[in-house]
Amino acid sequence: MATLHIQSLTLEVANKTLCRDLNVQIQQNESWCLLGRNGAGKTTLLHSLIKQRVIDEGSVLLDGTNIADLKQRELARKIGILFQQGIEALPATVFETVILGRHPHLQSLLLDNEKDIEIAEQALAVFELDSLKERPVDSLSGGELQRLALALLLAQTPEIFLLDEPSNHLDVAFQIKLLTVLTDKVREASASLIMATHDINLASRFCDNIILLLEGGEALVGKCSDVLTEENLSKAYGCPIQSVHSGEHRLFYPA
Amino acid sequence: MISNKQILLLTSLLIFSAASILFSLLSGSVDITLAEIAGSILSAETNLNSQVLHQIRIPRTLAAFVTGGLLALSGAIMQVLLRNPLADPYILGISGGAAVGALSAILLGASGFWLSNAAFAGALFSIFLVFGIANKFGDWSVTRLLLTGVVVSAGWGAVINILLTTSSTNNVQSMLFWLMGDLSQSRVNLAHYLLLIAGLAGGLLLSRSLNVLIRGQLLAVSLGVNVQALRLLLFFSASVFTATAVTIAGSVGFVGLIVPHMLRLLGARDHRFLIPSCILLGGSFLVLADSLARTIVAPQQLPVGVVTAVIGVPAFILILRSTIRK
Repeated sequence: MATLHIQSLTLEVANKTLCRDLNVQIQQNESWCLLGRNGAGKTTLLHSLIKQRVIDEGSVLLDGTNIADLKQRELARKIGILFQQGIEALPATVFETVILGRHPHLQSLLLDNEKDIEIAEQALAVFELDSLKERPVDSLSGGELQRLALALLLAQTPEIFLLDEPSNHLDVAFQIKLLTVLTDKVREASASLIMATHDINLASRFCDNIILLLEGGEALVGKCSDVLTEENLSKAYGCPIQSVHSGEHRLFYPA
Repeated sequence: MISNKQILLLTSLLIFSAASILFSLLSGSVDITLAEIAGSILSAETNLNSQVLHQIRIPRTLAAFVTGGLLALSGAIMQVLLRNPLADPYILGISGGAAVGALSAILLGASGFWLSNAAFAGALFSIFLVFGIANKFGDWSVTRLLLTGVVVSAGWGAVINILLTTSSTNNVQSMLFWLMGDLSQSRVNLAHYLLLIAGLAGGLLLSRSLNVLIRGQLLAVSLGVNVQALRLLLFFSASVFTATAVTIAGSVGFVGLIVPHMLRLLGARDHRFLIPSCILLGGSFLVLADSLARTIVAPQQLPVGVVTAVIGVPAFILILRSTIRK
């Protein structure tokens, strides 16, 4: 069980306050979306959770321990992240890449153990990359690269999944597949999810909770059912946003 | 995963290394047969051929192997550290610093011990200069480190040119040999072997982290690698390997650049294989090049750096072509 507690967090970039005194408690079985305009601080916030960025004020606790006191490797066993940039196209094979996800868990210095190989292969299968196992990464399409990055993240088996623009390059079917796989894990209470995205509808469909970053370092934190309103979104994005109901889903669109 | 291909590659490299060492012991102005080599190594004979072997060929061959191994290892590490395919052991100015040290020593009439020490001191000075400047920026980004190294290199280049243009013809000859790399005076001792072994062991211990780091700093952080500490370690270890190699043999070119690339093209991208393969291929490549350097135009000797380029460039282009065709 991993819980993440963001305590009075303040993040600044070039004298601009991205968030001020942010408090969020993320439990094991919760799915969160992180919305806000370009440059609102979504990526910076995610990076600060894996110590890729210094925290200006406040603290982040993982299961009660300040992440500043955790080794990077200990952190990587609990928290995994999909970067916005995805994976670089280098001349390595798909399998050589996905197995890197096991890095934080490795027991042996030189030999791969069967279990790690099995986990990596299962992760490839989830994103239908098993047939591309021996393909060089620099021959993959944008969507295949993004699926590989996701497979790598899945192979890392973290308890907290941070996703930065996961729908980049993904076709609709894989977007739904990805979020179904992850939200299933969340429902089984074996993981939690924080997803930064520009796709309000994907967020509202798969996430129960939201951090909505506003101008000037303010943020609205709460249940999607309370916070995801036309009024709040219009304010956050600085353009009028309306919604319609379609079956069980609520769809937002710019007016 | 350990594939048969990688095991085959490593085995071939072991055989190639042994063959290159044997070839080096057999070649030279005095004809020495295989039987004599075996006899001379197994028993303490004192005839002329045995003396040539023990006092000239074996030490020189071992020096070539150690130098080549260190250079290729350093090149592989620099390519991960700087994430740049053009990175080689000399890119951060270490060889330039060593060259200024060595050339100044030649100018002052020093040779042997003092020449080596001057080269090593120059290399160390350059390492700390680059480190100091990069560190002062407080930003260890790849680009800054690379730019710092390139600029410091260029500075050394200017000093080298001043030394060359203002020296007497006699000195210039020795200086050019040093600059192109020359093994005729090279000897290695226990410390050099230990450094190479430490490089192998350390490289293997870090090989998985290298596999991750070469994919990018962000990914490495997210997968639990302490990137800052690792990069610092890589910078200093590659620097020491380079400094030692240039102290032994001058700035031999191409080995550190193309050996790691050749091996990657041949499929050894995983550093668990790349590190030992680099040492084997780098070592045997330089042994082979040096054998040719002292026999092609005998009794004249060529600087080994010329031969590494003459063999290395076409060999590299061939491998590049054959991998593109797939």
